[in-house]
Amino acid sequence: MEQTVPTNRPGGVVSRRPRGGIGKTLAPYLLSLPAGLWLLLLFIVPLGSLLIMSLKTCSPASGACTMTWNWGELPSSVSLYHAQFLTSFYFATFATIIDLALSFPIAYWIAFHGGRRKNFFLLMLLVPFFVSFIIRTIVWEFVLSNNGVVLHTLKHFHLLPQSFHILGTSVAVIAGLAYNYLPFTALPLYVALERIDHRVLEAAYDLYATRRAGFMRVVFPLTIPGIFAAFLLTFIPAFGDYVNQEILGGTANTMIGTVIQNSFLVNLDYAGGASLSAVLLAISLVGIYLYARLLGARTIEQYL
Amino acid sequence: MSVRHDEPMVSASTPRPFSAPERKPRRRWGRFVLPTYSWLVIAYLVFPIAIMIMYSFNKVVGGLQLVSFTWNGFTAEWYQQWSNVPGLTSAFWLSIRLGVVSTLIATVIGTLLAIALVRYQPSRFKGKGAVEQILFLNIAAPEIVMGASLLGLFVTFNIARGFLTLVLAHVMFSIAYVTVTVRARMSGFDRSLEEAAYDLGARPLVTFGRVTLPLIMPGVLAGALMAFALSIDDFVTSNFISGSSVPFPVWVYGATRVGTPPQVFVFGTAIFAVGIGFAIISIVMAKKK
Repeated sequence: MEQTVPTNRPGGVVSRRPRGGIGKTLAPYLLSLPAGLWLLLLFIVPLGSLLIMSLKTCSPASGACTMTWNWGELPSSVSLYHAQFLTSFYFATFATIIDLALSFPIAYWIAFHGGRRKNFFLLMLLVPFFVSFIIRTIVWEFVLSNNGVVLHTLKHFHLLPQSFHILGTSVAVIAGLAYNYLPFTALPLYVALERIDHRVLEAAYDLYATRRAGFMRVVFPLTIPGIFAAFLLTFIPAFGDYVNQEILGGTANTMIGTVIQNSFLVNLDYAGGASLSAVLLAISLVGIYLYARLLGARTIEQYL
Repeated sequence: MSVRHDEPMVSASTPRPFSAPERKPRRRWGRFVLPTYSWLVIAYLVFPIAIMIMYSFNKVVGGLQLVSFTWNGFTAEWYQQWSNVPGLTSAFWLSIRLGVVSTLIATVIGTLLAIALVRYQPSRFKGKGAVEQILFLNIAAPEIVMGASLLGLFVTFNIARGFLTLVLAHVMFSIAYVTVTVRARMSGFDRSLEEAAYDLGARPLVTFGRVTLPLIMPGVLAGALMAFALSIDDFVTSNFISGSSVPFPVWVYGATRVGTPPQVFVFGTAIFAVGIGFAIISIVMAKKK
């Protein structure tokens, strides 16, 4: 195929590409080599070594690990920590549902009625991201604390009983998760709603659809991919989160992320931590796989 | 079912214009309920930030210089003594250096990958599908698993944890975002402009530098900003692999175990102001164009 391209430059019209041959064939691989290698060595290989490590046995004293093909670690870690897995699951589910419910109306309003101020409202949705994640969570600790501005004021006016407290309860953790991940829910919903062709909705009204039917049978079905993306981008990080639980939840309601972090950084039980991480990854992969199968991996790009 | 049959009958008796259906309910929702609700949500999102700024001016009573939950009165002291907590200041500058280095690397190699993905179809680029799956997995995978697996790798191969491992990790989780951002902005790229440059005798590198790069620059800058934001805010991965060099979020997290020095909120307020400034500038610039 390549030989048929004439190379006489003065002719000017046909010879477009300056180079042919081997450079041209290799071009896509050369361009993707640095990033590909980086991701291979620091993303794929570590995930593999995590699975291998979960089969090892580590001495808690020195942190040294030896390969023992200990397949029992996976099921035993699940049975040992199933309560923490369940807590994480419930907290992440609650937070995701709260976020979907909170952000759908505002995403709808910005997409359909935002007008010229759309960008301003989107910036407002993103505003929490301009403060560091850790600081955001600490500030919620200040807001929710018994002596903080909110509860103290409410108690001062006897709107709340003196014994009332939020910090250290599961409510505080879910509230923190919901706040921290709200933009991850709102943006995909906005993108999905914004892309709806208004003429489709007009057509529905022309065919005598009521407002409710127009929403339920046109708008809502068209946003389902966005809802799925929002769910994926909110639920998975919330499921593995441990910062909200550690700062806002006190010692109660330990989430699985806390257990993983402690096994790696406090107890130096790398094998135990690795098998818990492998289980966490497997659970997330179910959602990731379903998304890729149903909507295609590339569609996530438009929701970021 | 019968309900649905009723409807056309009703509207048939009262003829209504085809293109302008009843507007009333929409107005009520669109003009009053939804805006009020949306402003409440925005207030909820902004509220903790206002609290952060407020507490950065909170007086400290007692010996230890830690922010108390109670409000003790206004002071600008912490802004004057912003660098008085040595660990915090050095952690902040480490985060800035880390952000700059990892952003530069991730932006360059992520952009190259984006070009490869936009230009070449699977027939010319074997493994393109696999690369796309890996990018998706990288974005969607839980961060705690990535951090834990990196720590496992560094421990297995006896790599000392510090600035270098932080750079390796931060570039790793930024590449996908850079690639996706650049790729999205390149979708409308007009290749005939490059071909025109070739026809005028420009070499590939000259064409890239003087035609391609300026055209994709907005996308590259957006990707770089994203990478920097991800890097400077990252806690989970950094906490696993920071070792002896402690970035800002990791330091702040460690400090909360004993109490938060007021300077943390001063830095938080400063980062917020700079970030919002950049965002407003980019919105204004986009409007002018």
